[in-house]
Amino acid sequence: MSEPQETPKTAPAPAGGGSPEHVPAWQAILRGLGPRGWALRLGAPVLALVISLVITMILLRVTGADPVSSIQSMIDYGTTDSSIVDILNRATRYYLSAVAVAIGFRMALLNIGVDGQYRLAAFLAAALGGALTLPAPFGQMLVIVAAMLIGGLWAAIAGILKVTRGVSEVLSTIMLNAIATGVIAYLLNDKRLAEVRPGSNNVATAQIPESGRVGPFNGALNSIFSGPVLWVILVAGAAAIVYLSYRKQVAAGEPGKSPVAGLVLGVIGAAVFVAVTALVVGPILTDLPGEVYGLLPMAVVVGIVFWVVINFTRFGFDLKVSGLSPTAAQASGVSAKRMVVITMIASGAVAGLIGMPELLGASYEYSLNFPAGLGFTGITVALLGRNHPFGIALAALLFAFLDQTSDVLQEVDVPKEIVGVMQGVVVLTVVIVYELVRRWEIRLQQRTVAAELATGHDLAKGAA
Amino acid sequence: MPDEVPAVRLTSITKRFPGVVANRDIDLTINKGEVHALCGENGAGKSTLMKILYGMQKPDEGTIEIDGQEVSFKTPADAIARGIGMVHQHFKLADNLTVLENVILGAEPKRRGRIDFDAAREKIREMSAAYGLRVDPDVLVETLGVGDRQRVEILKVLYRGAKVLILDEPTAVLVPQEVDELFGNLRELKAEGLTVLFISHKLDEVLSVADAISVIRRGTSVATCLDPREITSRRLAELMVGSELPTPELRESTVTEDVQLDVAKLTVLTPEGRPVVDDVSLRIRRGEIVGLAGVEGNGQSELIEALMGIRSADTGTITYGGDDITHWPTRKRREAGIAYIPEDRHRHGLVLEGALWENRMLGHQTQRPNVRGPWIDRGGARRDTTRIVQAYDVRTPGIDVPAAALSGGNQQKLIVGREMSGEPRLLIAAHPTRGIDVGAQAAIWEYLRQARAAGLAVLLISADLEELIGMSDTLHVILRGRLVARVDPGTVTPEELGSAMTGAGSDAGAADE
Repeated sequence: MSEPQETPKTAPAPAGGGSPEHVPAWQAILRGLGPRGWALRLGAPVLALVISLVITMILLRVTGADPVSSIQSMIDYGTTDSSIVDILNRATRYYLSAVAVAIGFRMALLNIGVDGQYRLAAFLAAALGGALTLPAPFGQMLVIVAAMLIGGLWAAIAGILKVTRGVSEVLSTIMLNAIATGVIAYLLNDKRLAEVRPGSNNVATAQIPESGRVGPFNGALNSIFSGPVLWVILVAGAAAIVYLSYRKQVAAGEPGKSPVAGLVLGVIGAAVFVAVTALVVGPILTDLPGEVYGLLPMAVVVGIVFWVVINFTRFGFDLKVSGLSPTAAQASGVSAKRMVVITMIASGAVAGLIGMPELLGASYEYSLNFPAGLGFTGITVALLGRNHPFGIALAALLFAFLDQTSDVLQEVDVPKEIVGVMQGVVVLTVVIVYELVRRWEIRLQQRTVAAELATGHDLAKGAA
Repeated sequence: MPDEVPAVRLTSITKRFPGVVANRDIDLTINKGEVHALCGENGAGKSTLMKILYGMQKPDEGTIEIDGQEVSFKTPADAIARGIGMVHQHFKLADNLTVLENVILGAEPKRRGRIDFDAAREKIREMSAAYGLRVDPDVLVETLGVGDRQRVEILKVLYRGAKVLILDEPTAVLVPQEVDELFGNLRELKAEGLTVLFISHKLDEVLSVADAISVIRRGTSVATCLDPREITSRRLAELMVGSELPTPELRESTVTEDVQLDVAKLTVLTPEGRPVVDDVSLRIRRGEIVGLAGVEGNGQSELIEALMGIRSADTGTITYGGDDITHWPTRKRREAGIAYIPEDRHRHGLVLEGALWENRMLGHQTQRPNVRGPWIDRGGARRDTTRIVQAYDVRTPGIDVPAAALSGGNQQKLIVGREMSGEPRLLIAAHPTRGIDVGAQAAIWEYLRQARAAGLAVLLISADLEELIGMSDTLHVILRGRLVARVDPGTVTPEELGSAMTGAGSDAGAADE
């Protein structure tokens, strides 16, 4: 028979359109400037929010309220200085909780037990912090590390049950929540780890001493958003955005990507960053009346670490792959069992942090009044934020805003429970819209790939 | 037996995608009660045409006539209602349901508001007897082999009352005996008055089963209704690709004396304690391709998984270049230079939602150039992906598109390129050319030859017996988990090999032992 071809270039161009058409230049620039991915990434949430706003207004109308004035009063109330403090503090808790959930979600592991993990961690860490007096940074660090350990260990039980006995983590974490509630109820007793507060029915752990507390963040906010520090942030941030955008476009010297487009995109991004920081975020965050959690930056750090680990480390890659295709992950050498346990522990450790801002920054004790149910809010916030650290931040702020402003609805004769409905509507709309957009994008991509190949835009040929 | 009114007549079908004409002025006439083969390379526009006929896409121009009546399908449901059914190349069955449940899913017979399983079971038994499909309605689909699954798919379509059956590359996953069986089934279907549209690029099969052949190339029909008795496979190949058919063959021997992989008395048990790999001993030397022939489901998958460390060996040892790797985890084996082309590229070879460069890292996510210490080296991974895309002719506009956007052949070339990277010493290649077009197939064979010349040891598993015979230095036959024969690829014919695989003719094995 014939000699096999030396060059494997005999396959005909797929779906042949006779004469190859050129991609017009403006299209190439557009492709570099605003890749479809980006447009959709910004467009989909906006679309989802608009849809849910419309649905919410219809709901308000149905309940007999005036939708425009109700939402107007929510916005008015939500943008007062004291509301902003509460919103920031709520959002901090929601954010940590949602990141804890999202770590599991990323590898398709449903940690429903964040709630129990953070309550148990906060309670035991509070008892520990109340019992010891250590010099300044050590007391706080000890409490935080203890909380992470306890959260991680409590979550590890579910992970180990899953890999050794095949118990679904959904069931085991739900049951562990109940057990955590029981354990806390047993130990939160004046005969054991707690004391009764005189003059009330409240039972609480011993107060954490002055030296073990974390002061408010207001002072730092004031100095960050004024004077020279602000200038440094603006300049450095803008420069970083331009540079990264440029780098991204010229990475690996791939054809079809224009460095100019990268620069243009970067400059636009930098301008938006500067404007938003200096004109919107700065004025809002300076001179706030109440106390902002001193551990708010910890939530930011957790978010950054999460983002870096997912996108830039081997571990994050294994995690993502395990979530997207367990079978491919296994074939590629990822040990599924190890990943399950490690992910559960990581999720639980972050869950342990959820109670810390409140414990070390506001209540200084774990009592019957300690915020509960944050783990479940975290699930919805993570869903809304699409498990992305930045998306979760926006989702946490939105949920905090809705929760904070629910009270004002009563003044305009709308039951505050409507806010729960709004949150449900937002999450459902986002989940549905994202899924539809995702499917549509895959089809679009398949079609574009075929189209680009047919028009001669082929990486394999380009450099041959 | 051509009828006056054709079962299906497509006239001047044109389908454009933005910037592409996928189908241009295609005419196709399929007579009632015939097996009509549609040939063409991947990407020639066969799938688009079939999607149009099956109502998944609407043509921009042209008409579809069924039994002489012009129709317009909006969804596959419309097509099914007009008696058109499709068996996809990738089976669409739920593993954890029984055959019966899979067949009736979405078309459940009801009686007093409840699913009438008995009536369905009866109907399935009748149909399976009438068409010789041999399917037990009450077994779980996950326990079935590929051939059985395919019959379930056919049954599913027939159950919905299909009169015209579209089979998309049905033989890609079958061994010769199964292919013969399928063709027997097709003849029975034909005898019952059904019409079969058979998509394939295996020319010998097309010639043996089809009553009429149409060929499309680059989106347009280059030949219609050829008579298989008047055309050679060579001529068909030329029509399809515009060049000659490549053949799998090895030139001079490159086998060395160094044993790269030594498998001794390897046994793998199912959870129930039944051996699926039974006392297998096997040696692969550097520069040698060892082929493993067997009907699917005879322990090949389990053997590969044991070699890769995905499944643990119950007894026996695996020695790799002097190291006992029997208890090594998968990652350590991969790091030691074992490359793996999995049999199911969608489930094991790729993360479909991931970008190409992320898929390039898959399986090599602890090695350079993909990572530096615990950090991902995006630049390195991306550069190397670009290299693979160019060196292995992966047709893609860029490396940021998701793997799902590529055609099967290009996905496979990416996998082959990835696994050949980083100087592997042993390659486990399961069905490396399954379901991909002739050009890509020839390319992959050439890569294997080059790597073999460079001293790579290869374990080749394939259902394509010509590929096995042509590409192997040594050829083993596996049956029920045991290596039952060792044949000489230089003298064996596909027929002899086929009977050795089914255990029918022990002569092929005995002749050589």
